[in-house]
Order: sequence, then structure tokens, then C-alpha cells
Amino acid sequence: MSEVVIVVDERDNVATALRAIEAGESLRIGVGGANVDITALEPVAFGHKLALSDLEKGSYIVKYGEVMGVATKRIAKGEHAHVHNVEGPEPGRAER
Amino acid sequence: MKFLGYRRSNGRVGVRNHVLVFPTVICAASVAQKIADAVPGTVFVTHQHGCGHLGEEKEHMIRVMTGFCSNPNVGGVLLVGLGCEMLTVELLGDELRAAGQRVETLATQAIQGTAEAVARGKELAQRLLKESGAAEREQVDVSELMLGAKCGASDTLSGLTANPATGVACDLLVAEGGSAIFTETPELLGAEQVLARRAANENVRDRIWEITSRTENRIKALGLNIREAEPGPGNIEAGLTTLAEKSLGAVRKGGTTPIVEVVEYGQKPSKKGLVIMDGPAHDVVSVTGMIAAGAQVVVFTTGVGTAVGAPIAPVIKVSSNSGLYRRWADSIDLNAGAILDGEETLQSLGERLFQEIIEVASGKLTQAEILGHREFAIHTINPTV
Repeated sequence: MSEVVIVVDERDNVATALRAIEAGESLRIGVGGANVDITALEPVAFGHKLALSDLEKGSYIVKYGEVMGVATKRIAKGEHAHVHNVEGPEPGRAER
Repeated sequence: MKFLGYRRSNGRVGVRNHVLVFPTVICAASVAQKIADAVPGTVFVTHQHGCGHLGEEKEHMIRVMTGFCSNPNVGGVLLVGLGCEMLTVELLGDELRAAGQRVETLATQAIQGTAEAVARGKELAQRLLKESGAAEREQVDVSELMLGAKCGASDTLSGLTANPATGVACDLLVAEGGSAIFTETPELLGAEQVLARRAANENVRDRIWEITSRTENRIKALGLNIREAEPGPGNIEAGLTTLAEKSLGAVRKGGTTPIVEVVEYGQKPSKKGLVIMDGPAHDVVSVTGMIAAGAQVVVFTTGVGTAVGAPIAPVIKVSSNSGLYRRWADSIDLNAGAILDGEETLQSLGERLFQEIIEVASGKLTQAEILGHREFAIHTINPTV
């Protein structure tokens, strides 16, 4: 059976939907060998992301095991994580 | 591990044995095409360059055209020029001979018109075809291969299936002592720190920042900000949230090994291993550049579908989802959507792709070759004068 969402790296705190997910849908998501149980708090379209844990404002959004953004407000576990609550990280120049 | 390739007199190894009819300037393109049409078995490409190049673009064009025409997939080249152009057949001919390529030249201004030029060119092309026909495939080590990795007409799944599967194949090739190259500098933006961490040394790390800053500054000079423009509305609708997310998905096609060198567009790397080439994200321009840099085989991942091929190198198409694979059965070589269908793992599909690369390098035709896709375009860096 095909998966509903995909988590690329065990460090990730978001999962990508492989089909449209409805609000209230319960999901069991494999993350690095363990399972995380999540209830989608809102609809998440195909290709979009949902949070795997509660993320405070300012915390890093991690996908592919790398920082892909920063939370601009608190994102609850199961919430849709996208441009309305995530912005790009400072382009890493500080790490030079 | 071995494959069957053509060992050239300069030591390099080709996976195809093309005779190329190449205009050094657009003004000679029709004569070159008539010659190629008259000699079945030759490959013709056309472009809009060869004259009016400003400043550093002249050297850039010489490097790219020389690199392309001396790719080891080419057994012989007929250069066709006019005579008064910036990039004459003498100039490029000398460059190609220095690179160890078999070359014949024809400058049409020295000849009595088109008909005679075509007749003479036909003889030269036939001679090259006869000579190159004597080449035979032999067992060579896969460490002789340079794989070009490219993604285009991508979708949300490209970064999750087809790109990382291509990355697995790149890792396998590098582990065997071969090389992989990827490009598309605009799609490195946002992922620079990740790539910089993987740089083999400080120089490579500096070069990664140099090419990304240079690209960003060129775009800024036009009054545009790529970090605001990307991801675009279509990307956002598809679920991509930040430029970093887009780039992190794109760079997975290069795999996970250290980056050993950063080269200019169309420049031949001096080291084996994973290499980044500076260049635009334009599909055909980047594929052409990687072939000019020496890639003999290209893997091209796509989610929405593109049929792009190349005139002298096999392009292996990998679909990111099974829907595209079903819709475009004639244009896709391998379906990474099988990973999501539970039929394959990333690792098993990457291994299958690596096997496919070996078979294609040994002579198996790709769908793009069978369908006759031969797109070609060179990156320009300055206005034409």
C-alpha cells in the first residue's frame, strides 16, 4: 500500500502529503524507524506539508534533514505548514 | 565494474561514436545542415553564436564549443565556417586538435558558393564517417564515466523520488571512481550552506559561495530579487514554501559525496568525483554545458514531463511519479514513482538507474535518442554586439 505522507529524514519536523489529507484524519507516520501518531488539524493538499510536532515561533522547519525555513508563528502538531506560517531562513550567509 | 566504450586516441572514453557537423558561426549553419543532410549518419547542431561576442564571452564560447565538439562521444568533427567571423574554423580547429579530436574544416568564403561548399563538405564528412566507423567498443572501467544530473519540468515529488534516486546513482558512480556533475546555480540558492559543508576543501567552499553570489548579483543588477521571486506562485500552489526547500530538493540529484571541484560553464573538471558546474537552470543550456564539460551520459528527472534530449549524448529520463510514466510511456526511461507505489525503495531504484546508466553507456538507446530529441543551446553571458 502506498504511503499517505513522506518524511525524508529522521531529523525532519514536517511531512509531505502524497495525497490530499482531510481535516480530522488520523495518520500514523513512520519517522526514522519510530511511529508518530498525528491528527490533521486542517486539510493538507497533495505536495503540501504538515507539522510532526508543536513548533514554537522562530523554530527551524526541517525537511531533507536541513533547515528549509523558520516558523513565523506557533505551528501545532498536525497543522498545515506553508507560506502563511513559514518563511525562508536567512540565506545561511552567517555560516560562512 | 566495466562497460563497453570507445577509447579515443587521447585516452578519453566515449559512449557513442558520432560524427558531428558543427557550424562555428550561425552564418554557416545552412551550409552545415545541407552537408549533414547529404551524409546520413552524421549529426548536425545549430546555434546562434560565433560572432559579435563581447569581452570575456569570446573565451567562454571557445571553451564551450571546444568542450562540446571534443566530448569523447564524438569520433570526428567537421567545422563549417564563413571566414570573417570571430570564431573561425582555424581557431576552433586548432583548439580541437590540441584537445586530441579528429577534425576537418571548411570555410565557405574561400569557396565558389554554396553548392561547391556542400559538395566539398560532403566529401570531408564522408571521410570522417569512414574513419570513425573503424572504432570498436571495448571493455573500460566505469571510472571513465562522467554523469550529468539534471532536473527540469519538476513537480513536488521530484525532490522526493527521482532526484534522490539519481543521487543514489551518482553516489554509486563516484564510489566506483567515476564522476558526476550537476549545475543550475539559481537552484543552489538557499542550499549553499548545505553544499558548502560538503566541499572537499576550503577552495571549493569559497567557489560555491562565489558562483551563487555571482548569480544572485547578476539578477540583482537587473533590479530583480530571486529570493523574493522564488518560489513562484505555481511552486507555492504545489506546496513548495521556501527557496531553500526548492533548492534542497533539486540538489539531491547530485547525491551525498563531497564536492571536489566547482567549474565554469562548459569547463572540463580536473578531478574525479562530484563536481558542480556554474550555469543557468535553463534545461537545454545546462545539459549542453555539462556535455561540453565532458559528461558522456545525462540523467534528467522530470515530474510534469519534458522530452529534451541532446545531439551527442544519451539522456536518460526519470519520472518522479507513475502518472507521468503512464502518460508519457514513450519518453520516460525509468519511473521513480515506483518508490511511492511501494514497488521500489529509493536505494533499489537508484541501483536500477545505475545499471541503466551502464547499459546505456554500453550502447543501449534511450527514449530521447529513439525519438530523435537533439536539443542544443549555449549559455550567453554578455549582450551580443
